[in-house]
Amino acid sequence: MQTQVLIIGGGATGTGIARDLALRGIDCVLTEKKDINAGASGGNHGLLHSGARYVASDPAAARECREEGKRLKRLAPHCIEKTGGLFVAVRGDDEQYIADFPQLCAQCGIPVHPLDPAQARHLEPSLSPDIIAAFAVEDAAIDPFKLSLDNMAHAQQLGARLLRHTQVVGFEVQNSRINATLFKNIQTGEARRIEAEVVVNAAGAWAGEVAALAGMQINMLYSKGSLLVTQTRLARRVINRLRRATDADILVPGGTVSILGTTSVRAESPDVIYPEIDEVDFIIDQGAAMVPSLATTRYIRAYCGVRPLISSGDGGDDRSVSRGFELIDHADKGVANLITITGGKLTTFRLMAEKTADRVCRRLGNCAPCRTRTEPLAPTREAKWTEPGLAPKEWLRRNNPNDLLLCECEMVPQSALNALSASLRKRGDAPTLNAMGLRSRVGKGPCQGTFCSQRVAAHFYDRGEFTGDQGLANLRTFLGERWRGQHPLLWDTPLTQFELQEALHCGLFGLELTQNQGIG
Amino acid sequence: MSGRLPEQHCTLAIIGSGMAGMAAALFAGQRGIDTVQIGMTGELSFASGLLDFMGVHPIETGRVWTDPWAAIKALIKDCPRHPYASLHPRDMRAAWAALVGFFNAADLPYHLQSGRNLPVLTPAGTVKPSYAVPVSCLNGVSAFENKARCLLIDFEGLKGFSGRQIVETLKPQWPGLTTRRIALPDANGEVYTEPLAQHLELPEIRRRLADRIRPHLDGVEYVGLPAVLGLYQPFEVYRDLEALLGRPVFEIPTMPPAVTGLRMRHVFERHLPRLDVLRTHYQQQVLRAAYSAADGFRLQIGVQEPVALIRAQNVILASGRFFGQGLHADRNRIVETIFNLPVRQPPGRTAWHQKSFLAPQGHPVNQAGLEIDAHMRPVDPKGKPVYPKLFAAGSILAHQDWMRMKCGSGLALTTAYAAVKALEQ
Repeated sequence: MQTQVLIIGGGATGTGIARDLALRGIDCVLTEKKDINAGASGGNHGLLHSGARYVASDPAAARECREEGKRLKRLAPHCIEKTGGLFVAVRGDDEQYIADFPQLCAQCGIPVHPLDPAQARHLEPSLSPDIIAAFAVEDAAIDPFKLSLDNMAHAQQLGARLLRHTQVVGFEVQNSRINATLFKNIQTGEARRIEAEVVVNAAGAWAGEVAALAGMQINMLYSKGSLLVTQTRLARRVINRLRRATDADILVPGGTVSILGTTSVRAESPDVIYPEIDEVDFIIDQGAAMVPSLATTRYIRAYCGVRPLISSGDGGDDRSVSRGFELIDHADKGVANLITITGGKLTTFRLMAEKTADRVCRRLGNCAPCRTRTEPLAPTREAKWTEPGLAPKEWLRRNNPNDLLLCECEMVPQSALNALSASLRKRGDAPTLNAMGLRSRVGKGPCQGTFCSQRVAAHFYDRGEFTGDQGLANLRTFLGERWRGQHPLLWDTPLTQFELQEALHCGLFGLELTQNQGIG
Repeated sequence: MSGRLPEQHCTLAIIGSGMAGMAAALFAGQRGIDTVQIGMTGELSFASGLLDFMGVHPIETGRVWTDPWAAIKALIKDCPRHPYASLHPRDMRAAWAALVGFFNAADLPYHLQSGRNLPVLTPAGTVKPSYAVPVSCLNGVSAFENKARCLLIDFEGLKGFSGRQIVETLKPQWPGLTTRRIALPDANGEVYTEPLAQHLELPEIRRRLADRIRPHLDGVEYVGLPAVLGLYQPFEVYRDLEALLGRPVFEIPTMPPAVTGLRMRHVFERHLPRLDVLRTHYQQQVLRAAYSAADGFRLQIGVQEPVALIRAQNVILASGRFFGQGLHADRNRIVETIFNLPVRQPPGRTAWHQKSFLAPQGHPVNQAGLEIDAHMRPVDPKGKPVYPKLFAAGSILAHQDWMRMKCGSGLALTTAYAAVKALEQ
């Protein structure tokens, strides 16, 4: 396979670069070792920062957030809920920081309005009576999956190609230049070789590993952040703790739920990470200081991501490492056509993509201007079903009794999954339960896939999407993936429901046995 | 406790109405023990209807046993604290015979072959080892074992059951298995197993269903269907469909709520209260429990507010695990919900579950529960019975993982049998 630009990594940055380059008329291929947003792009709050969080620690990043946040609200409104946000302090928080906050925001050009605590509690009744200060800011909630899927779908409409489950295994470097990149398909084991004029390493937390394959060294820090999803939405706005950025101090609405996080735990490697039980308990106890009902509410799921941070080597804690992004042109170190982009944050993904694409274009001698600054991102059918509440609305409107609801918790009908699998097939790709889970609400409700997993598997057999024993493999992988987010939250009702899940999938189906030689 | 509540006195109160509670009520009733049974019967709706005895040991290697007795022998050697270790094989046999006899008498015939687990098909295309199976599932066992030419029928509108899934998954070992989708008479949109099973009790509907299946029977030796062949008269429905099709027919249990489980629930609910000595309070629960050496057990029962006081000399606790609400977990520990009995458990939540759902060794939380003495009485950490006349049975017991070991029903009914026998001594 040949292309002008090879992009490694299908997160927000990689898909953003693909769209940016495609809009400039540049041919590109994006490879992703798992699926869209498998790393930090899918493991975050879904928060479109107003910038106020960084006014003290990183004013430059605060300004970038402010600019990009404003722009995205205009260009990708369907991915964003303009919730607004509050910064609140509770008794005992640093009064100096509270006093400085409005001035720090003003210095970064970030609009902020003081509220008295009673006003704040009127706006958000779930806030603690111990609130001593509150400010309103222009935070918003963003759906990172819809964002990346739409970016990728648009790039594909413009001719870009996407290869999922395709992992880089090496580079052919000759005369300080990458002639070709070598891949392995992690599902089929199939090898692939791609020749590109420029290679962009947008592998996020894995950028160091990818660069190392070309002999380049990047000192990465892996900072794991865990988050919790509540069963119901506890607040209309984003609620931030008004203090220097630390753990477990932001509650973000995510459609019908709220998301609480995060932690910052140094990880040895970006692979094999879990939201741990001590983190979960810590997050709940901390969050409850702002919003007391967080202590007793039901949680549906925990998840985590790894922030890719570039080490400055000065030994500060991970929150003091810049959340700005890092664009590294490896030409300086001896590989002429490799560019790495990493670090940064979801809010500034577009800017990161733009800067990277500018650099790529300079290398290619292409002087087309960036169009993602002004061109709105269109909603696509590939990304449509990530929206909570959309599937039931459409299902009720169509009123077709034969369109069965396969996921009853989130009311996802078979027609939505048929549309998603058709869009994957159209690009020569095959649907899996995990791919459906990523692109729709399937498995995201209280049952966490107990029932819908088998219903979707049966349906996919009926349609010929699954053959042989793919159903068993898919059930295991899908339930395994849901499990990562279930297991730290298993007490009270979720533990009860999990017992039913295990009774069905192990007790009756014997899924744990079929992977040994066992039965069936 | 309020003195105004109506009182019932009894020799035995059984708390729980899952498989263990129902079996205990049956055995106590058959022995003429004056008994009151209390419990919500909803959980039985989630049973598959397949009655396991002992199928897998050790769970780490996933070894599947054909002979459950041999499996139990090996289990007791390796896991001497498994509840089976304290039971006598003669009592276990008697428990099975009594339960299957009860089902047979209630027109819900079950088949068990002593010394042999039977392979039963599941909707996932796997084959589950079970011990006593509904007679309506039995032809599936011979069809599978003979790899006969077999047609699986599935229905338009029935979610989670795809003949094609079973055929594709089993294809390498069973090439003679085929499938055909049928539109049900009078159905539109989604069909649900329970109303469908009732609908098929009408002879006319069965005849029309048979008419739709018959054109596909060329060269077919067996016909398999999702388990929907009747709810209250399943055996009659099943025999009639066999006659109409002229082929051996069998059922495959569906996802919960499975009709095969609902049938058991109905048989228990209908036939147990007919035992003279048994008074049942289904859909009620024990709200408060107290004990004194002089008065025995005092149980306030009701839904939200207490409506009656049960005074019992003996109690069999068969309240189940978390799903049955016999156990409850908060963020830090597991408690027994009625008597606050000591619960054997891993040291903290980090040790409850494995990092992988299908980890072969199973989740330690599943082996948490009540430890008992040789007389089925829950004990404190020193091994002393907590109450002299409190007995426990079923899944609430510690040192077993019924889902992985495939021993759920056997554990329930053999420990229930032992508990009833113990209290008589």
